Amino acid sequence: MATGVAAWLPFARAAAIGWMPVANCPMPVAPRDNSKRQDELIILNVSGRRFQTWRTTLDRYPDTLLGSSEKDFFYNEETKEYFFDRDPDAFRSILNFYRTGKLHYPRHECISAYDEELTFFGIIPEIIGDCCYEEYKDRKRENLERLQDDQEENKDMKMPNMNFRETMWRAFENPHTSTMALVFYYVTGFFIAISVITNVVETVPCGSTANQKDMPCGERYTVAFFCMDTACVMIFTVEYLMRLFAAPSRYRFMRSVMSIIDVVAILPYYIGLVMTNNEDVSGAFVTLRVFRVFRIFKFSRHSQGLRILGYTLKSCASELGFLLFSLTMAIIIFATVMFYAEKGSSSSKFTSIPASFWYTIVTMTTLGYGDMVPKTIAGKIFGSICSLSGVLVIALPVPVIVSNFSRIYHQNQRADKRRAQKKARLARIRIAKSGSANAFLQSKRNGLLNELLELTGTEEDEQKLTKSTSLLESQHHHLLHCLEKTTAHEFVDEQMYEQNCLETALQTYPSRSPSISSHDSSVGTCCGRRVKRNTPLPNASTPSAHPIPTHQGPLQELSAIHIQCGDPPSHSTSRSNLNLKTDDSGRINCKGGRITTAIISLPTPPALTPDGDGLHGPPQRRPPPPPGHPAVPSIQTTTSSAGTNIVKVSAL
Amino acid sequence: MDGKRVETISARVDAAVSSPDSVEDELELSAVRHRPEGLEQLEAQTRFSRKELQILYRGFKNECPSGVVNEETFKDIYSQFFPQGDASTYAHFLFNAFDTDHNGSVSFEDFVMGLSILLRGTVQEKLNWAFNLYDINKDGYITKEEMLDIMKAIYDMMGKCTYPVLKEETPRQHVEVFFQKMDKNKDGVVTIDEFIDCCQNDENIMRSMHLFENVL
Repeated sequence: MATGVAAWLPFARAAAIGWMPVANCPMPVAPRDNSKRQDELIILNVSGRRFQTWRTTLDRYPDTLLGSSEKDFFYNEETKEYFFDRDPDAFRSILNFYRTGKLHYPRHECISAYDEELTFFGIIPEIIGDCCYEEYKDRKRENLERLQDDQEENKDMKMPNMNFRETMWRAFENPHTSTMALVFYYVTGFFIAISVITNVVETVPCGSTANQKDMPCGERYTVAFFCMDTACVMIFTVEYLMRLFAAPSRYRFMRSVMSIIDVVAILPYYIGLVMTNNEDVSGAFVTLRVFRVFRIFKFSRHSQGLRILGYTLKSCASELGFLLFSLTMAIIIFATVMFYAEKGSSSSKFTSIPASFWYTIVTMTTLGYGDMVPKTIAGKIFGSICSLSGVLVIALPVPVIVSNFSRIYHQNQRADKRRAQKKARLARIRIAKSGSANAFLQSKRNGLLNELLELTGTEEDEQKLTKSTSLLESQHHHLLHCLEKTTAHEFVDEQMYEQNCLETALQTYPSRSPSISSHDSSVGTCCGRRVKRNTPLPNASTPSAHPIPTHQGPLQELSAIHIQCGDPPSHSTSRSNLNLKTDDSGRINCKGGRITTAIISLPTPPALTPDGDGLHGPPQRRPPPPPGHPAVPSIQTTTSSAGTNIVKVSAL
Repeated sequence: MDGKRVETISARVDAAVSSPDSVEDELELSAVRHRPEGLEQLEAQTRFSRKELQILYRGFKNECPSGVVNEETFKDIYSQFFPQGDASTYAHFLFNAFDTDHNGSVSFEDFVMGLSILLRGTVQEKLNWAFNLYDINKDGYITKEEMLDIMKAIYDMMGKCTYPVLKEETPRQHVEVFFQKMDKNKDGVVTIDEFIDCCQNDENIMRSMHLFENVL
């Protein structure tokens, strides 16, 4: 329960009186408050600084040091106070937690010192209030990173049990770990450079030979270049295969960008080998050689900066797209205008609008090659407007994009952080809610065990169970119990609920035989904890207080239910025939330990139509519960009276 | 109203003079403070002892330092006791029941008066209070619609995960049962006399009225 509002529990309980006239069955007994102590002041002496507070303030959180009997260890008899040899400054926020229900993190405190204090006083840091939670988490993460950095230096040392594959992968990913890795790193870098330079030099004219034409070096020293190329490709292939072998997850490795670049870099060579020297495909072959330039991207393994650039470009894609779009708009507009302006002039280079695109682009980016110039006056006017606007269109967005880069980059980081924190925050809220709900369900089970034990009479176990919940909790549970009784439904946890839904779905399918779970739908009451040691209903003429469910369905088929401890109850439904006055409420027997109920399947005469919502006649009185035992569990009696129309299954 | 300080009034005057609405609202909100009447007066008006009033006030002021609860805070606090369901509708009705002078906020006096009736009042007074809670428009009659609203609000507090599974018509059927019991002359509404009469004849209800007497 949110013990922050513990002070309002009396109010919530008093307000429960509003449910009483509506409820159809009696309420459970309220837990007694045995400790009617007067509220007293407690003195807490923390390293000399004295704090005082009410005892009930501390009792709000019984599972912390100050709220439980653990503080008795620190009690000083002579001075009649509790002495703690801890930091008084940090203690302030801890004591405020008891007072206000919110734990705050003082910013000037060291995070590890604060954590230690919290651990000492038994307070979990997750309940830090939202106002301080982010700060706390940030500091904690920084601390953790610092510790991790320290550890990573140790981690890079070779662990004793790494097999060959893992060693290789570590060598590939962290070149500084061993000499071999470093050597490998530099060798591959060198060969990448060689390969790129080779590609470039290949096309340089190498001086003339006997022919007139200057041949590019590639054609002159074909063999040499071919050997170079082969050597580089061999090295790259070997490297790729080794990485593939060493990768912990081969599939993921093959999908990664770097490996795709590797493959694209070496594939053209192999394709070239495989292809014959056919005239048709040689054109395609030449194109393939272009892809060799991708080898330069292999440098990104060696350079962190390249990777960051790639990432920021990717994240700013939308801004770049917008820039491109606005440029395109401007280009089209001006190209059209120029085309129509220059249409009149003869020998104009502006032969079509697409041809004018080139002029517009060159002018707007202020390149001005001069291969296309307007000749008419109108053309020149529009041409100047074009170049002026070009300056604006290009120059303005660029700083915006640059600042966008940095803004988006930082924003991304912060958004991720906030999203992670939000998830954590929602999870905390959910856990708190389900925790309190679970506490109630748990205590119900305990309560059940309690009653079973009452029957068997073992005192110690009972005491053990009752001790575990504080008075506050038991009062809160009592409140929830009253609500259950008012509405004649029970709280269950998620899985149970889903199970029930499943059961009802399955069992309502054979419509002729609805089972229990669909029978209790109408109005249930909760008079279950009655001592039901009776006998089957005799013939229907006595209007005893056995209500019938107002559900249709002549056939009633009850299946055997194995119920584990704490599971949802089976219930008793009983049907009477026409003579019986029908109370509108079905009856649900609550709670079971390990129970098995019998299968009873009974057709009833179709004449028996359960009444609708109305009652005919005076409402039924339930037999009053035996005094003093409103919650005694009923002994299980399963009766089946096949002869009569009454089916009664009661289970504990 | 007596308890409000003069500050509030002067703050409101200042705020009225200053221009934009939002500023005025802010000022008004932050200037609303409420100090309850003295301990002796409250002691006379309610059935709590001095000590009990002290304990109550401390808890109250802790949660609402400004001295009044508005409906949002009220709903918040009440919802914390019922984590599985949605307690806001019922809290709304409760709020109206506590806010006897209908000024939109529950002061400590309202709070403690209500509690005094609920915890220390006679059965007649408690039933009166319950009738007042159910009678949403305070016209002296509980109609089926009003009761249905209340019933739905109560069932909402249970939430989804219940056993047996809550069906749509469950609140309605419960209301039918209620009316069958209470509405003696079958005119479709329940008056205060019918209500009190019927409740006094019902043992369960009588017994449960005494349930929370030792709460404080």
